Amino acid sequence: MKKLMIAASCALAMMTSGIQAEERDLRIAFDVPYAPFEYKDDNGELTGFEVELAEAMCEEMKANCEFVIQSWDGMIPGLLARKFDMVMSSMSITEERAKRVLFSEPYYNTPGGWFGPDDFNADVTDKSAMKGKTVGVQRGTTMDTYVTEELGNVVTVKRYTTADDMVLDLEGQRLDAAFVDYPVGEQTILSKDGFKEVGEAVKLGEGMGVAMRKRDKDLAEEVNDALRTLKEDGTYDTIMKKYFEYDIKV
Amino acid sequence: MMPPDFIAAWLNKNEIFTAMTIMEYWDGAVTTVQLVFLCLVIGLVFAVPLAILRTVKNPFISGPVWIYTYLFRGTPLLIQLYIIYYGVAQIPGIQETFWWAIFREPFYPALLAFTLNTCAYTTEIIRGAIVSTPHGEIEAAKAYGMSWFLRMRRIVLPSAARRAVQAYSNEVIFMLHSSAIASVVTIVDLTGAARNIYSRFYAPFDAFIFVALCYMVLTFTMVFAFRKLENHLLRHQRPVGS
Repeated sequence: MKKLMIAASCALAMMTSGIQAEERDLRIAFDVPYAPFEYKDDNGELTGFEVELAEAMCEEMKANCEFVIQSWDGMIPGLLARKFDMVMSSMSITEERAKRVLFSEPYYNTPGGWFGPDDFNADVTDKSAMKGKTVGVQRGTTMDTYVTEELGNVVTVKRYTTADDMVLDLEGQRLDAAFVDYPVGEQTILSKDGFKEVGEAVKLGEGMGVAMRKRDKDLAEEVNDALRTLKEDGTYDTIMKKYFEYDIKV
Repeated sequence: MMPPDFIAAWLNKNEIFTAMTIMEYWDGAVTTVQLVFLCLVIGLVFAVPLAILRTVKNPFISGPVWIYTYLFRGTPLLIQLYIIYYGVAQIPGIQETFWWAIFREPFYPALLAFTLNTCAYTTEIIRGAIVSTPHGEIEAAKAYGMSWFLRMRRIVLPSAARRAVQAYSNEVIFMLHSSAIASVVTIVDLTGAARNIYSRFYAPFDAFIFVALCYMVLTFTMVFAFRKLENHLLRHQRPVGS
C-alpha cells in the first residue's frame, strides 16, 4: 500500500510538473512603433503583424506569453540579460547577430526599398550616377550594410537611429534618397506628396527570425515547429493578408 | 615595455578593435575636439561682452541678455539641437537661400546650438565673477579717476577672470560630455563612431567602454591644463614659501 502511495504521488508530481512545463511563461520583446509589424492601436493595445503571429505561436506552443516593449538599441543586451526570452521585432538574421543569439527559421522577409523626391532621376545601381549623393539608412540594419558595401565609397551614408528622423531629413532635402525597409518606406515616405520609389527593391538576407539566447535550443525547436504549423495550416496567411497586399512569407 | 608586435597580435585576434575601427574612433575624436573647441572659443568671445551688458543697471540692456541666458540654461541642449537642426529644415523656402549651404550639413547647426548653449552658461559665470568684485577695489579705482572703461579693463575683468576660471573649467568639461549628443543628428563624433561600431558588432561593452576611456583621456588632459592655468593665475593666493 505504502509503495503504491509513493508511486501514485510520484506519478502526480510528474504530471503536474508536465503541466507546468507546458504552461510556462515566456516574455517576448517588441520595439514599438514599427507599423505595421508592431504598434499600438487607437485604444493603446499592442497589435500588428508580428504581435498577432506571436499570439498564434504562443497558442500553438501552449505557452503563457507576456509582451514586453523594449527599444531597439537594448534588444540583444536585454535578451542576454534575461529581461525577456525572445525577440520578435523584425530582427533580420545576420552572421554578426548569430554569434550572440540563436535564431529561429525566418518567418518573413521584406525587401529594402529606394525612396526619394520626385525629381530624383539617377540609377541607384549605377555607381557613377550615384557619385556624391547622400543616402540615409537606419543604423545597424541590413540596408545599412548593403549601402555601405555596395555604394559606401561613392555616396555619403548618413545613419539614423529612427526612421522618423531620416524621413524628416529627406523632406528637408538633406538626403537625396533613403534606402529603407520597404513597408516602412511605403507608409512613411510614399504617403507624402512629392516622393516616389526611385529604384528597384532589393531582397536582402535570409529574412527575420525570432531571436533567443544561445542556450535555449529546445525553445528554438519548439518555435520552429510552431511557425511551420502556422505556415502550413493557413493561420500565417490569414494574418499576413490583414496587413499586407503583397507576399512576405518565406 | 610592451613589444609592438604584441599589440599587433592582440589587434589581429579580436574582431572589434581592428585598424579600421580604431581609425573610425580617431576620426570621431577629431570631430569631437573640433566641435567642442570651436564652440568654446566662440562662446567665450561673445560671453565677455554679454556678461558686462548683463551687469548694466538699465533693464533695456541687461533684460534681453537675461532672457537669452534664461532660455538657453532653462532648456535641455538636446531639444535646442533638435530645434536648430530639424526645425530650420522645415522653414518653407530655406533650401533656396544661401543659408542652406550652412544648415544642410549637420556640423554647423550642432556648432550653433552648442555655442549658444555654452555662451549662455559662460555669460552667467563671468557675470557672477564681475558682480562679486570687492567694492573697495572699484572705489579705489574711482578715486584714482579711472573711467568706466579703464576700470573694467584694469580692475574688474582681470580679477573676475581669476574668480571665474574654476567654474569655467567645469563648464568646459560639461561641454565636452554634452557634445556626445551631436551623434543624434548624424554627426560621427566619438559617440557616433561608438554607436556605429556597436550596431555593427553588437558588442555594447567593448564599443562604449573604449569610447568612455577616450572621453576620460580628453577630460583629464583639460583638467590638467586648467590646473596649470589656475596655478598661474592664482599664484598670489598661495601660502608664502610654497
